[in-house]
Amino acid sequence: MSGAAGAATPARRRLPRTLVIGLVIVGVIALLAALGPWIAPHDPDAFAMRMRLRPPSLARPFGTDEFGRDVFSRVLAGAHYSLLMGFGATAISLAIGVPLGLLAALHRGWVEEVIMRGVDLMISLPPVLLGLLILAVTEPGLFKTILAVGLVYVPIMTRLARAVALELLAENFVEAARARGEGAWHILAREIMPNAWPPLIVETALRITFAILLGSALSFLGLGPQPPASEWGLMIAESRPFIAEAPWIGLAPGLCLCLLLIAVNVAGEGLRDLLDPRLRGRGHG
Amino acid sequence: MAGFLLRRLGSLAFVLWAMTVLVFAIVHLLPGSVAHMILGEYATNEAIATLEAKLGLNDPLPVQYWRWFSGLLGGDFGQSLTMERPAGPVILEALGRSAVLAGVSIVLVAVIGVSLGIHSAVHKGSATDRALTLGQYFFIAVPEFFWCILVILFFAVWLGWLPATGYTPIADGGVTGWAKHLVLPVSTLVLGLIAHVSRLTRSSMLEAIESRYVLAARAKGLPERLVLRRHALPNALLPTITVLAVDIGILIGGIVVVESVFAYPGLGRMLVYAIDNQDLPLMMGGMIVITAVYALANLAADILYAVLNPRIRVGGTAA
Repeated sequence: MSGAAGAATPARRRLPRTLVIGLVIVGVIALLAALGPWIAPHDPDAFAMRMRLRPPSLARPFGTDEFGRDVFSRVLAGAHYSLLMGFGATAISLAIGVPLGLLAALHRGWVEEVIMRGVDLMISLPPVLLGLLILAVTEPGLFKTILAVGLVYVPIMTRLARAVALELLAENFVEAARARGEGAWHILAREIMPNAWPPLIVETALRITFAILLGSALSFLGLGPQPPASEWGLMIAESRPFIAEAPWIGLAPGLCLCLLLIAVNVAGEGLRDLLDPRLRGRGHG
Repeated sequence: MAGFLLRRLGSLAFVLWAMTVLVFAIVHLLPGSVAHMILGEYATNEAIATLEAKLGLNDPLPVQYWRWFSGLLGGDFGQSLTMERPAGPVILEALGRSAVLAGVSIVLVAVIGVSLGIHSAVHKGSATDRALTLGQYFFIAVPEFFWCILVILFFAVWLGWLPATGYTPIADGGVTGWAKHLVLPVSTLVLGLIAHVSRLTRSSMLEAIESRYVLAARAKGLPERLVLRRHALPNALLPTITVLAVDIGILIGGIVVVESVFAYPGLGRMLVYAIDNQDLPLMMGGMIVITAVYALANLAADILYAVLNPRIRVGGTAA
């Protein structure tokens, strides 16, 4: 009934303010991340031993770290890591999870059984642990972290895609397509997908926050990009010995990370209000 | 109820067994020689061969798996590669200390989170409700490891009230010394989760307050306090229990980070140590133990849910 997104009234079509604000902030951060190498005032990796642990000043707005590196330039140069981890990992979980979920919904029986038992199994391991397990025995690096975080969230996407598809398969318009004698692919492409994407997109948007969080937490533990990379989680980890004398080394990347996370989260909730007003306030846990 | 319990215990046993296969497979099938990993890149071929023989790495994988798995069944986690002592006791000691951290945290999260959520829902739209809602955004978004930095800065560096890192056993520092080292890790762990639980409790409580059975209870002329406590709250708490079970997973993740930052010698820090030092028996054992704890916590949540939810309770006895 309410499956078609086009049924929304014009008033609902207006973009929620949260979505606009969130997207603008994420956009600005993405722009800064892309322009980072050109607009950074200093070389993010250049040591300057005579400039060690300088507090923030006009010339160096976030101060310098224990090697005299400019923290502002480093934060700028590290912005792309968090974005890549958040969006890249989510894309991976989407690309693997959604086809698996649809497959499980369309092939009820042993295919579904195998997929869903696998999902149950993956979910019975706490997320950070699954990431740790994947990263534990290989050399750490940016792309391994992205892959690990992506794999962690595959089961959630699979479950969601299956649930959405099952709900739609019971709808009258799918029944009608079946009665017309349409094949499975047609039903999937023409009837299921156009109606399945709003809840999937909403979940994806909210997942990005978790992916950024998990990715930076793994980096913080030393299982992400390696020094001298200025990934924000790693920068915070490296700042710990200097927390008393030079707190700005950790505070600068930390506050930027928080800003990014809040912006992504706010945009995700705005997107939910826009695409799927039914989900609002419903505790679907 | 007995049938429900048996089924759940059966699937728990299956999950744990499957996890041993998964952990073993990932550790042994991923590219890279285990002995090479342990000894580092400059190891000589002889050293690698000796270590491989010592660890039994030349046996076929099923044999290796069976040796490890049958050991686990008998409570033998193998010999730690870096500590020259069996991994089992190391893991158990660490587990005990983490359990204190997790136990205190989950109780605080449940009590504070649920009360804040109820307060918000009952006083919907009030200044406190709006402040709490805004705060939740913030608290959920701030990563645990950054909270660690903030609380250390505030309480240890700036105010100088509490020790920033470390752990004192009760035997050495007395209860105060022991508790002092718990305050910062626990507060870091609970901040985000309280926000999460209170947000969910608020929305499910609101849903209950707007429901027909609450309308009926009000129409009967029951006092508002009774309506909320007897009719709205029990229903509103059901989703909260599910979320608490999910939060235990987040809590375990948080513990890994928080213990590393605060140098608290629990299971999470042990796991990171084992990974950093490629101490495989310690790492694999730690993973299995954490999975078991998580599975048991989820089972406990399911039982609690079944006990509180009359629909499942009745269905369970009928089956």
